[in-house]
Amino acid sequence: MLDSAESYTTEDGRTIGPVVMEMKNITLRFGGVVAIQDISFDIREGEIRAIIGPNGAGKSSMLNVISGFYNPQEGDVFYKGKKRPPMKPYQVARQGIARTFQNIALFEGMSVLDNVMTGRIRQMNASLFAQSIWKCEAEREEVANREVVEKVIDFLEIQHIRKTPVGRLPYGLKKRVELARALAAEPSILLLDEPMAGMNVEEKEDMSRFILDMNDEFGTTIALIEHDMGVVMDLSDRVVVMDYGKKIGDGTPDEVRNNQAVIDAYLGVAHD
Amino acid sequence: MFYREAGDFKTSYAEDNQTFPIKFDRYRYYFVLLVAFGIVPFVVNDYWLNAVLLPFLIYAIAAIGLNLLVGYCGQVSLGTGGFMAVGAYSCYKLMTSFPDVSILIHVVLAGAITAAIGMLFGLPSLRIKGFYLAVATLAAQFFLVWLFNRVPWFYNYSASGQISAPERTVFGVPVTGAETSPWAVYLVCLVFLTISAIIARNLTRGMAGRKWMAIRDMDIAAEIIGVDPLRAKLSAFAVSSFFIGISGALFFAVYLGAVEVGESFGITKSFLVLFMVIIGGLGSIFGSFAGAAFLVLLPVLLKNLLVGSLGWPTDLAAHLELIIIGALIIVFLVAEPHGLAQLWRMAKEKLRLWPFPH
Amino acid sequence: MSDTMIFAMEVFLNGLMAGVLYALVALGFVLIYKASGIFNYAQGVMALFAALTLVGIMEGQVPFAHLINATIGTEIHHFGWHVPVLLAIVLTMVVMIALAWLVNHFVFRHLVNQEPIILFMATIGFAYFLEGVGDVMWGSDIKKLDVGLPQGINTAIDEYTYGIVNYGFFIDNLDLVATVIAAVLVIALVAFAQYTKQGRAMRAVADDHQAALSVGISLNWIWVMVWSLAGFVALVAGIVWGTKSGVQFSLSLIALKALPVLMLGGFTSIPGAIVGGLVIGVGEKLFEFLIGAPFLGGATENWFAYMLALIFLVFRPQGLFGEKIIDRV
Repeated sequence: MLDSAESYTTEDGRTIGPVVMEMKNITLRFGGVVAIQDISFDIREGEIRAIIGPNGAGKSSMLNVISGFYNPQEGDVFYKGKKRPPMKPYQVARQGIARTFQNIALFEGMSVLDNVMTGRIRQMNASLFAQSIWKCEAEREEVANREVVEKVIDFLEIQHIRKTPVGRLPYGLKKRVELARALAAEPSILLLDEPMAGMNVEEKEDMSRFILDMNDEFGTTIALIEHDMGVVMDLSDRVVVMDYGKKIGDGTPDEVRNNQAVIDAYLGVAHD
Repeated sequence: MFYREAGDFKTSYAEDNQTFPIKFDRYRYYFVLLVAFGIVPFVVNDYWLNAVLLPFLIYAIAAIGLNLLVGYCGQVSLGTGGFMAVGAYSCYKLMTSFPDVSILIHVVLAGAITAAIGMLFGLPSLRIKGFYLAVATLAAQFFLVWLFNRVPWFYNYSASGQISAPERTVFGVPVTGAETSPWAVYLVCLVFLTISAIIARNLTRGMAGRKWMAIRDMDIAAEIIGVDPLRAKLSAFAVSSFFIGISGALFFAVYLGAVEVGESFGITKSFLVLFMVIIGGLGSIFGSFAGAAFLVLLPVLLKNLLVGSLGWPTDLAAHLELIIIGALIIVFLVAEPHGLAQLWRMAKEKLRLWPFPH
Repeated sequence: MSDTMIFAMEVFLNGLMAGVLYALVALGFVLIYKASGIFNYAQGVMALFAALTLVGIMEGQVPFAHLINATIGTEIHHFGWHVPVLLAIVLTMVVMIALAWLVNHFVFRHLVNQEPIILFMATIGFAYFLEGVGDVMWGSDIKKLDVGLPQGINTAIDEYTYGIVNYGFFIDNLDLVATVIAAVLVIALVAFAQYTKQGRAMRAVADDHQAALSVGISLNWIWVMVWSLAGFVALVAGIVWGTKSGVQFSLSLIALKALPVLMLGGFTSIPGAIVGGLVIGVGEKLFEFLIGAPFLGGATENWFAYMLALIFLVFRPQGLFGEKIIDRV
């Protein structure tokens, strides 16, 4: 087992850094229903970490715990070596955790550009007064951050729809805009909730390419939930498998593929 | 043909971010400013000033304020009348307590006080949403009107319970009281409106506006990407109330000169300004102007037409006005939620292709 | 017992009676809200309109007389007949049903799937429209409405309480009747919603439009029915309030009284509307009696209900009986 502070190099030559986030014995309940039961795993810097499992396994709840939307009843979240106290979602976001949503959560009344600009909230802190006269730091900030955003827009190839209201875009492009918004935040961890849900093969290929490129070019740490096993196995460095709120497997794609419990869960062996 | 953006290239992000990115729009804007500041003051007379121009300028400020809250931040408020009353009464108290300070400063301060009160009544918006909040803002409306009606300190213990504005001057020219000249009064309101519109535009094209719109479009997602909902909503309430307070102060001090709170700032005022925002266009600064102009002009037109030309009784004209306004609200909500501003945009689209639409 | 205590008790009882009337208006709101998700601000104006129409029909007024006279220069006002009360009530109900159909056909059918707040603003527009129509149709002067409901002090209670505490309580007969009417109405409505086919269809629509459609319920039909029911409740409220304080514009303001009742009780709950109405009726009367009038300069009834509801909502956003609001991503 690798020490949490150590780094290692993958077969394809990428460097995977020390642990950036660690979940310890997380239990989440909704009334009597246990959504997550005593799950621990970690996410390392620069890796692509997948969470998989059948429907209702608690994957999305896990993501919601990471992004601070749910506070678990038991267990702790360690972020960059420090225990994270219970936080509001916006505080978590300000720590550098960005995410996308299973059902796209874009701001439909705003243009693509404005949507992506909202990703820069963390970096833009001009006072209301400065903004109201559009001078000093407000103007500087607006231009500087626009440059970053334009890079992201270029990267995700959505230049042509920059000024289009998001409400008018087709599904596939919306997914991409949402990714752009998350990426624009330059997050230290990027959470993707089923980034390829509802896409055709071509769109999936595009999306996979973006995910790999993001990881490669910006070194973004990515944690993702995905149903398409093929995609997950190809993309990810390590995989957590969940079933009925429990962790049943954790390791490299190969390890997970040969794990008996995982095979049972996916092939539907009766639970005792 | 006449209206187009082709050939108008931007070479910097700052240029792309400006208020009127299209040259034609920019020139039109300068032209309107020129007319408003350079020509109207010389031709304005008392009738036009009091029947149309002053109410338009003052309501437009209130409509801009309310539009920031309702149209941009998605928080419906029915407390506009109450907040205008705060502006009016703060202005009155300031004018009478500090007679040597400029009236302009008093108006701005009245706006600031209203902003504080607005934030106070905006606090529940963190917990309650949608029309629950709309109804909750009625609490502000009724409470504030009651307060100014029942606590004599606010109207300086005057026997009538009214407040009336003493004479104050700007650069030696009286702008409140009995001895005002139309052009001076007009210019004061115009300056306030222009500055309000510029500030509102700056805020809505920057990060503050994005945060508000994010809250409006999907509040949970906004919070998860890092918008502090309390701060965003409160800042919207504050800025919105600031403008509404200024408009209330001007409404009292410059336009009416004397007000009785229940009559001038009752719930009908809240609805009137809300209707301006809906008819003009939710989430559009230009729409606030259009809506204010429309609802100021409509009664004047109806009155001239029905009472003046056809000789109908005044109350019948007033009832028809209710019907027309109500019907218009419904029509706009059903057919064109973005209001007159959207109609204007569509007209521009048409104009861009004219005369070769294919 | 001290005098204050006795007076307070009288105020309490009168508050209860007022609360019943608030609850009566609030019921109309709950009905429409439950079945269509529309928060009908126009409910108060509907009560005004119903009362105006009832008086107009009873007195044999010519509808739109004002407008007709103004346009073609005639001087007509009355048909010259008087319609018996019961027939007039039936005719008014016909008008309210026609109104329900019109409203649904021309307005709310086109606003399906809009945000609740847009619908709310549309009903404010509708309230203005209907108020204008009512005024143009029947004139805006204050009218007396007398459908034969008993009015004045209830002497039995007066004498009875005089015998016990040596002070006769003033309870208006009309308030007592209103309480009985409200109780009957509530029981009838609940029975209707629970035990009839239409009632079940109505609840199904309230639960899920799509699902209701897929089992063959006609949405339009249900909505017309719901608006008619609300019209009926408005008529009852209009009769009671109109008898109490005359048919005039201020009648439409009872809607404003019903709003905090709903916030307190929860928009979806019939018992909530009743309990909310009672709490606010009693609360505002007692507050005015104990604190408002002696210390705050009076007329606190204008805002007390709203403040109470506002403060309450901050701690319990869904109201007393409302369903819990769950945020989801």
